[in-house]
Amino acid sequence: MPKDHGIGASSKRREDVRFLTGRGVYTDDMALHGQTYAVFVRSTVAHGRIKSIKTANAAGMPGVLAVFTGEDFKDVGGNPAGWLINSRDGTPMREPKRPVLAYSKVRHVGDAYAAVVAETYAQARDAAEQLAADSEIEELPAIIDMKAAVADPSNRVHDEIPDNLCFDWGWIEDNRAAVDAAMKAAPHVVTLELVNNRLVPNAMEPRASIGEYNPGTGDYKLTTTSQNPHLTRLLVAAFVLGIPENKLQVVAPDVGGGFGSKIYHYGEEALVLAAAKKLGRPVRWTAERSESFLTDAHGRDHVTKIELGCTKDGQILAIRTETLANVGAYLSNFSTATPTFLHGTLMAGPYKVPHVYVNVKTVFTNTAPVDAYRGAGRPEATYSLERVIDKMCRELNLDPFEVRRKNLLTPDQFPYTTPVGLVYDTGNYQATLDRVMAMADVAGFEKRAAESKKRGKLRGMGLSTWIEACGIAPSHLVGVLGSRVGLYDAATVRVNATGNISVMTGAHSHGQGHETVFAQIVAEKLGIPESSVEIVHGDTAKIPFGMGSYGSRSLAVCGTAMAKAVDKIIAKGKKIAAHMLEASEGDITFENGKFQVAGTDKAKTFGEIAFSAYVPHNYPLETLEPGLEETAFYDPANFTYPAGAYICEVEVDEGTGKVDVVAFHCADDFGNVMNPMIVEGQVHGGVGQGIGQALCEFTAYDETGQLLTGSYMDYPMPRAEDVPFYNVDYSCQTPCTHNPLGVKGCGEAGAIGSPPAVVNAVIDALHRGGHTHVTHIDMPVSPSRVWSAING
Amino acid sequence: MHNFDFAKPSTIADAARALAAEGAQALSGGQTLIPTMKQRLAAPSVLVSLTGIKEMQGVCLGEGGLHVGAATPHAVVAKEARAHYPALADLAGGIGDPSVRSRGTIGGSIANNDPAACYPSAVLASGATVVTNKRRIAADDYFQGLFTTALEAGEIVTSVIFPIPQKAAYVKFNQPASRFALTGVFVAKFASGVRVAVTGAGNDGVFRWAEAERALSADFSASALSGLSVDPAGMNSDLHGSAEYRANLVKVLTGRAVTAAG
Ligand SMILES: Cc1cc2nc3c(=O)[nH]c(=O)nc-3n(C[C@H](O)[C@H](O)[C@H](O)COP(=O)(O)OP(=O)(O)OC[C@H]3O[C@@H](n4cnc5c(N)ncnc54)[C@H](O)[C@@H]3O)c2cc1C
Repeated sequence: MPKDHGIGASSKRREDVRFLTGRGVYTDDMALHGQTYAVFVRSTVAHGRIKSIKTANAAGMPGVLAVFTGEDFKDVGGNPAGWLINSRDGTPMREPKRPVLAYSKVRHVGDAYAAVVAETYAQARDAAEQLAADSEIEELPAIIDMKAAVADPSNRVHDEIPDNLCFDWGWIEDNRAAVDAAMKAAPHVVTLELVNNRLVPNAMEPRASIGEYNPGTGDYKLTTTSQNPHLTRLLVAAFVLGIPENKLQVVAPDVGGGFGSKIYHYGEEALVLAAAKKLGRPVRWTAERSESFLTDAHGRDHVTKIELGCTKDGQILAIRTETLANVGAYLSNFSTATPTFLHGTLMAGPYKVPHVYVNVKTVFTNTAPVDAYRGAGRPEATYSLERVIDKMCRELNLDPFEVRRKNLLTPDQFPYTTPVGLVYDTGNYQATLDRVMAMADVAGFEKRAAESKKRGKLRGMGLSTWIEACGIAPSHLVGVLGSRVGLYDAATVRVNATGNISVMTGAHSHGQGHETVFAQIVAEKLGIPESSVEIVHGDTAKIPFGMGSYGSRSLAVCGTAMAKAVDKIIAKGKKIAAHMLEASEGDITFENGKFQVAGTDKAKTFGEIAFSAYVPHNYPLETLEPGLEETAFYDPANFTYPAGAYICEVEVDEGTGKVDVVAFHCADDFGNVMNPMIVEGQVHGGVGQGIGQALCEFTAYDETGQLLTGSYMDYPMPRAEDVPFYNVDYSCQTPCTHNPLGVKGCGEAGAIGSPPAVVNAVIDALHRGGHTHVTHIDMPVSPSRVWSAING
Repeated sequence: MHNFDFAKPSTIADAARALAAEGAQALSGGQTLIPTMKQRLAAPSVLVSLTGIKEMQGVCLGEGGLHVGAATPHAVVAKEARAHYPALADLAGGIGDPSVRSRGTIGGSIANNDPAACYPSAVLASGATVVTNKRRIAADDYFQGLFTTALEAGEIVTSVIFPIPQKAAYVKFNQPASRFALTGVFVAKFASGVRVAVTGAGNDGVFRWAEAERALSADFSASALSGLSVDPAGMNSDLHGSAEYRANLVKVLTGRAVTAAG
């Protein structure tokens, strides 16, 4: 019987009641007394020098309350990059200041260089149009292509950075010579050049922010679409506006998806706060969808050459990559970590590879900033690896399943130190491979292919065996690697007087279902109903200092903090129970919600203990504080390493080049599973995004830097008809060895493991159809690209 | 969106009068016009809604074939044309999504004449007649290039009369993002011959593929097309497909439409 309650139960998502009945409260839903509207004036050119902005006309228009330009913020601090990366030669990365509003130069289409605040949205928009007309911007040649950006020192995104290079990173630089030598000595070398396509995050809810200021107290409040309100507060307060943190409350209410794009602090948040202070009235802004396309931090955008040295029978000996990674016009907060420590450190995959070297050059261009997007760096690493291994199998005529099996780490090899700096604690990659092969009925493929052929379709099967590092992250390790923050998390468990519970967490739920899962865990540990547990998140005035949700960290890091806080509650409860039951503390057990003197029937319920803590009439006040509330901070000892094996089957229409994903099988190892239904949902969503990346999505700028895919008319999002019914399994479980819940994280897995499975399947189909000249097609593997590849 | 006045006349004559005003523009389903206004790319001072005019609504058999009122939403055509002209019903049922189909209209679609819209191919392949408040325009004279038609300023499309072919089919290949027609081919076989109209592909909007019409008039089978090819020089090229790709689609989809027509 599956559980219907607590850990491991598929409890229904309690948050869905409000989401599905229209009772969610998002930033844009909040109407405030005296509110005003901000509209931003955005650059229509990719690169330009601001000659003059005449504000007088706009300022005099009906309803206009204030006009801001870059000049107003030129002296406040810039929005910083969260990681300092050093180049191969030891020099620190170039870190240009990211202003609230562009000053002196605009650097991408959509770069905000002025803002208007007015009584109504329409008035603000009219005035913003006037302001745009009254601005003189001298257009400069745009720097779009990464190779050209690096090659031409005369044209610069930031005047002080001659080669448009942020850094040139080698991982691990000391191993470079050894890897080169191993590559040289390898009996066979496979080379693949590929593009990891740039993606627009497309959260369903656009970014939105409301700034408030109370002149009576000097308190600021920012309500904003954030995945991590405390991080946003830290950035706005300490780095950008210089407001003391105790005077700034940041609230991230219901947030409609983030996928990474809402981790970062954006200039609009600072502007609404500064404007609220100036006007003494609330100032609000909600992005239009076009603004989201132009200004949300984009994802991926790597150009990579990967080489793989191997024996003729497919034993991998060495891997070497060279990548150009686009960071866009400015460094977004995680942009320097994504192509480096979330990418290079994963380049050994789940394999035993003796020699790995990764080189990444990050390049400034006149495009929107690029940062972490679901998977962040790990999908790029996985895609490079799984594609080149597939190419190796074709070149050497080897079976892709057997080649994976031969190279995968075996369970007896853990803990395993990779040549790229990570220590995998546990795993069983053979088990997930076996599982997915059974699920996909690999043996029956030929029959299915014959049936497809009858319908005029080419069928192909693609495999990907992947690993990721999540549960971000051990502070001591990331500190060594350049992180400027710690990546612990925190939770406070407050037992209320009548025994129900409020849990304040640093994690932020913007679709994940934390309110359900976290309650399951606390309820299980305390032996109380889930409905007695309330999860509070998203408000810096309520929650302890935690770092928010991204990198599949919420359960592994914040969930662990919560479990530890509950343990403290139980420990204190035992003390109270010992007093009430006149026993010694060591004799008290806690099970099924009852504190009991071992071996007797003397017991107190959890509710009785809670009541006693708050009405301490019979209570050891001399030695114990009243109340029952505990906070725990948890800093993980290591990353967690979810892994799995995915098989995709596609049908290709040779006439049109259209690819249909007809089957998708996932065998994942997420360690212990807290809520199977939610895990499946996360995998469905991740694979959906991965199929989107593989088949549909791309971001195109023309050579002048205009975004050609700036709306849903041209940016292809995957739709329900583009994805199959997923076959998802998580029964292979090697619990994480270093957190008490034994959990690893599942939020990004689907987006990491799926793109290469899809592309491998397409190449397989084409080969089976006799199009053996096609060795690679860059994503998205769109109909026109497939047709061109076949006919090229 | 800028402010505008709104009129909802109940007769064609009143609508024509209202449209004579400075800055007035017809509004039908609003699926094209309203988004354009929201983006401030259009700013009519008066919107004259055509959806309150009874004679512009509905589908019925009449002289010359199937009469479709210009303000009839796609969803209604998809349902009511089914018994008479299934290929037309299929086309209407494949436009956009349910909300677009329940608002967007045939009149709006052919007045707008988006080069990737579906209806123009049906109108042209059927040799339909576009009826306006002033005259009747043959399909071959009506479509005049990208977003351009024979309509004069203020002229209202009131209905479209479709001769009903013996066999017909529309095959649409979706543009991956907008799901308009990257290329769509409408094949209609009449006693007098076959007409083939192509949307989405041509660099001058919807067009008839004359060679295919000749070949199919002689032999209505997909194999009749085997020796033909489409010149990419006349094809559109964009992010979603080159001219060569579209030229290929025209041929492939025409063959599939013939097969589907049976
Ligand atoms: C998300 C989405 C998806 C879509 N997908 C498709 C698709 O797959 N295929 C497809 O073909 N179309 C598609 N469309 C377009 C849609 O089908 C409408 O037909 C089209 O937008 C125009 O019809 P409308 O009634 O909405 O016209 P409106 O937007 O009201 O008007 C369009 C233009 O025509 C003028 N006009 C309207 N009616 C008349 C008339 N009777 N006489 C003279 N002028 C008139 C208006 O003044 C305006 O200039 C899509 C639209 C959307 C929003």
